[in-house]
Amino acid sequence: MRSDSDRYKSFTRRTAAVAGFKIALLSVLGARMYQLQVVQADRYATLAEENRINLRLLPPPRGRILDRRGRLLAVNRQNYRVLMTVERADAAESALAALARFIFIGDGDRKRVLREIGRKRSFVPVTVRENLDWREVARIEVNAPDLPGVTIDVGRSRFYPSNELAAHVLGYVSAVSEEELNGDPLLELPGFKIGKSGVEKVYDELLRGTAGTSQVEVNAIGRIIRELSRQGGEPGRDISLTLDLDLQTFAAERIADESAAVVVMDVQTGDVLAIASTPSFDPNAFNSGLSTADWNALVNNARSPLTNKAIAGQYAPGSTFKMIVALAALENGVASPEQTVFCNGKYEFGDGTFHCWKRWGHGRVDMVDAIAESCDVFFYDLARRVGIDRIAEMAGRFGLGHSLGIDLPGERSGLMPTKAWKQAVQGVAWQSGETLVAGIGQGFVLTTPLQLAVMTARLVNGGRAVVPRITHREASVEESAEFGEAEMSLGVSEASLRLVRRGMDDVVNGPTGTARGVRVEDEALAFGGKTGTAQVRRISERERQTGVRKNEDVPWHVRDHALFVGYAPLAEPRYAIAVVVEHGGGGSAVAAPIARDILLEVQRLDPARSAPQPLAFLR
Amino acid sequence: MFKPMDSAESELSFFEKLWQINWVVVLLLCATASIGFAMLYSAGNGSFDPWASRQMVRFGIGLSMMLVIALVDLKFWYRYAYAIYLVALLLLAAVEFAGFGAMGAQRWINLGVIQLQPAEIMKIALVLALARYFHAANPIDLGRILYLVFPLLLVTGPTVLMVRQPDLGTALMLAAAGGVVFFLAGVRLWMFGVALTVLLAAVPVAWHFLHGYQKKRILTFLDPGSDPLGAGYHILQSKIALGSGALFGKGFLQGTQSHLNFLPEKQTDFIFTMLAEEFGLAGGLGLLVLYFFLLAYGVGISLRARCQFARLLGMGVTVTFFLYLFINIGMVMGLLPVVGVPLPMISYGGTAMLAVMIGFGLLLCVGVHRDMRIGRRGLIE
Repeated sequence: MRSDSDRYKSFTRRTAAVAGFKIALLSVLGARMYQLQVVQADRYATLAEENRINLRLLPPPRGRILDRRGRLLAVNRQNYRVLMTVERADAAESALAALARFIFIGDGDRKRVLREIGRKRSFVPVTVRENLDWREVARIEVNAPDLPGVTIDVGRSRFYPSNELAAHVLGYVSAVSEEELNGDPLLELPGFKIGKSGVEKVYDELLRGTAGTSQVEVNAIGRIIRELSRQGGEPGRDISLTLDLDLQTFAAERIADESAAVVVMDVQTGDVLAIASTPSFDPNAFNSGLSTADWNALVNNARSPLTNKAIAGQYAPGSTFKMIVALAALENGVASPEQTVFCNGKYEFGDGTFHCWKRWGHGRVDMVDAIAESCDVFFYDLARRVGIDRIAEMAGRFGLGHSLGIDLPGERSGLMPTKAWKQAVQGVAWQSGETLVAGIGQGFVLTTPLQLAVMTARLVNGGRAVVPRITHREASVEESAEFGEAEMSLGVSEASLRLVRRGMDDVVNGPTGTARGVRVEDEALAFGGKTGTAQVRRISERERQTGVRKNEDVPWHVRDHALFVGYAPLAEPRYAIAVVVEHGGGGSAVAAPIARDILLEVQRLDPARSAPQPLAFLR
Repeated sequence: MFKPMDSAESELSFFEKLWQINWVVVLLLCATASIGFAMLYSAGNGSFDPWASRQMVRFGIGLSMMLVIALVDLKFWYRYAYAIYLVALLLLAAVEFAGFGAMGAQRWINLGVIQLQPAEIMKIALVLALARYFHAANPIDLGRILYLVFPLLLVTGPTVLMVRQPDLGTALMLAAAGGVVFFLAGVRLWMFGVALTVLLAAVPVAWHFLHGYQKKRILTFLDPGSDPLGAGYHILQSKIALGSGALFGKGFLQGTQSHLNFLPEKQTDFIFTMLAEEFGLAGGLGLLVLYFFLLAYGVGISLRARCQFARLLGMGVTVTFFLYLFINIGMVMGLLPVVGVPLPMISYGGTAMLAVMIGFGLLLCVGVHRDMRIGRRGLIE
């Protein structure tokens, strides 16, 4: 009995201990609840909202690109896509088969869809095909009851009505690559496209606009339960270019068969009216994703269709450079306008002989004749006397040798050599003979077609430092206030410019001009200019003796580049043009006719071209 | 010496016994179960299907079973304690061969009509067997290690089987409940010291035998932020649900975490979280208070019983009940690692509810037969 009561006492004591322990543990639970639900309640409330509420981005419509008269260069087209939502992956095959009875589904698409369905969550729609035509849309809509989970979705895709005619200026849009992700969630939206070249790239941010947001309630696996609120975004802004669609079309089609570049600009405003580069590409093809084969074909093409040759192609200017040499001589007092040189077809200097393009020589020529007939000997002599550094200085004033800052990507700066440049880059002293070669625009000198157009514009607009532009930038009002007429001036004397222009007039209209074959009889539409033929290969002494081979007789890639720079009208120049035909042959035979046609067209299109609109961006 | 009891107590009439049942405990259980029904209704997104209705049926069955058990003579349970234990152990072993798994663990056995989780039955059976064994213990026995070998085997047998299943939560629960019964039976304190030392020494060895996911759960418990989308996800989401419930909750059927499925297993292991999200601190503490009263009645009934078997049985059941709720609530609040222990009377699940109600049936039985004595040597007639 005693042991029993002892046992009971022990049991009671230990039960009390256990009960106490339990109470303590229950208190711990209570305290923890207090901590979570009172002390940290706010924090967890926020986290719960973050869980529940998802921000969806509403991509803004991309701004359009217009030409100077408001015609459409880049627009957004409705893109009908057929989407499929399959709750179970094994039903995908039969669902696709059902859909294939109404629209064509390629084998590649079929495989991709099955792969994506396997990977994505069941409620995430998968794009089966894009760019459906209205017949296909109609067929699907009519048969909708037989096609569960199939929906038609209207997206936007970029469309360039002028196809390849302005491809290099406009650029193209395409899917965002890994390196382009910068934390902007808009870029991470599936199917979002950004500008990859041309205006599309330079003004991508303006064109893109800002995304709207939609607050949706989602469950744990991300399915949308309902929309809570919506905030509209800002659509991308329209951008109007200085281009004239008609002229652009004309120019691009005129050089379509060549590997060439054309730039036409307004000599007073700097507005680029046409800028074409051939061969071109269809920017619309990039939209739906280019096949590897097509891409390789573009990249491996020897005529580099993806490069905008007008701003990124660098060519020896050849004889088109002679005006610069003449101005350098005149302005530095090295030569007088009346001075003459006797050309016998060769110029002996040091231990070398420098040939004129005309084997038997031009005879006695003055400066105007030398430009008109493109006498090399005259300019060998002039260049030797001026020196390379003063030539380079004058070239720089006319926009050569440095980037012009046009609002297009990929502009290259060309090259205007100086003594210091050669010492620094090649580590060798400048040879005097190299000055002679540079004097006729060969050797180290490299220019882009855009630079040549700008040079011409500055030669004929009274020596003003006009700057090329593809859009009317908003700041232009302030800029022009800042840069008054005095600052715009290149500081070249009126007399020198007039003399050079007379030479350029004679090139086309003079009795002995190199381009007299393309002269325009109608005085109102007549033009002036300068031919250039840039030698690509070296002509050996032996070949000279046996007779220089004609361009037609050598492979395409070593033929001469044909160049022409020109302006019109003669009396009061308004338009400047530069034409470069890669490996085209002689400037007068190949480039000059192109320039003539385009100059006629630009004047025909708008004989009294209205002043450019001051506002750059239309809404 | 103490003699088998006078026969008057054992001859209570049916109605007298019925009257002796502690109806407050029954009422408290009904109240708790009702909270469970409400939460399962909410978990079903405002529908009795699929959980609430079935749980109600089970509760009905459980309630009748509980009352029958309460009315059965205590001696019956004493007599068949080992037999019940043996059956439970065999079922547990059978799971090894005939069981099928759910969520990566083998826990179920199909008896044709019902699917049974033998582990839940074992929790009660173990308490019964230990209570019977220690019923006869005297102070001298309790000082002898050899005397403890048999009860230790009673505990370790099912525990090892549970670890093999693998169900670490239940294994620990069995061991803990067994330990408490040892303690209440009067086993010397120094022996617990020895056992604790041995256990601590065994931890590194045990760690070696744990499954990868078990290790991960424990590691995640120690640092929940380390893997917010993996193993820590459940606990993080549970804490978010609890915390965002704040003082008075988001309202019935309004829990965003639960209804948008951020909360895993909301009808079973994480049902407390759902309650606390929808009813806040008030709801959570309310349930704790209900549990507290149930536990208090358990302790009270046990203390009033006159024989050691009844006391140990009552306390064993109470402690098991406590372990259920403490481990579950502790787990969902991030105080304990994630182990599959249901919230008693609330979580959806047949066997667990039946086991808890069988346990309470035994507790009520102890209450009904509080004055019954059983001789230390057992039922010698």
